[in-house]
Amino acid sequence: MKVKILYFASLREAVGCGSETLELPGEIATLGALRAHLSARGDGWQALAGGRNVRAALNQRMVDAEAVLAAGDEVAFFPPVTGG
Amino acid sequence: MSVSVQEADFDVGAEIAALSAGRPEVGAVASFVGLVRDVSEGSNVSAMTLEHYPGMTEQALEDIVAEAGRRWALLGVRVIHRFGLLMPGDRIVFVGVAGAHRGESFAACEFIMDYLKTRAPFWKREETPSGARWVDARDTDDSAAARWSEEWDEIEQRR
Repeated sequence: MKVKILYFASLREAVGCGSETLELPGEIATLGALRAHLSARGDGWQALAGGRNVRAALNQRMVDAEAVLAAGDEVAFFPPVTGG
Repeated sequence: MSVSVQEADFDVGAEIAALSAGRPEVGAVASFVGLVRDVSEGSNVSAMTLEHYPGMTEQALEDIVAEAGRRWALLGVRVIHRFGLLMPGDRIVFVGVAGAHRGESFAACEFIMDYLKTRAPFWKREETPSGARWVDARDTDDSAAARWSEEWDEIEQRR
């Protein structure tokens, strides 16, 4: 299945990419698994590694690592928010 | 109940006035205005850029306002958050809450700001003499938001 992935702020700069559409390997079913898959790309992508302070949204709502992905989803990864 | 995410500045007086215009049942309007400061973490700040997540930002603010509406009897809420390039002294955010009495207006205004700080997808980047840097989230923002859920749990337990 294909998902759209967005990156924001310092995380966008670390991975050098604002958005991409990705065909997911079959074994990736959750947001946490997707995050681990992306961090394995190495270099700047290690900003997504476990232990780093990363937040995520699924279809524009904040979720945790257990959130289940479906085809056509919009996923976003970003640092903790600092508005207001 | 109305939310705006915009680059443009806003008129605080006009926004406050609009919350009670033609509504004689409104007895209290509480408001908060957040501004860009010229100092942060000991460094001078010459400018700030606010990035956001278009689409999710509006949704997150609407969710926060809706939650405030479930917790208190409110007669009107207005939230405006700016993005883009801002200078010290510039307004960043406005929250205005209209109610019958001051208690719910003050409380809901503070609740909305505390939740906005941890739930709305905005990120600040500051320009300082040593270069640009992303602002780190503060633990105090998380604890400010968390106290509302603890309070809520206590209320639920008493029922």
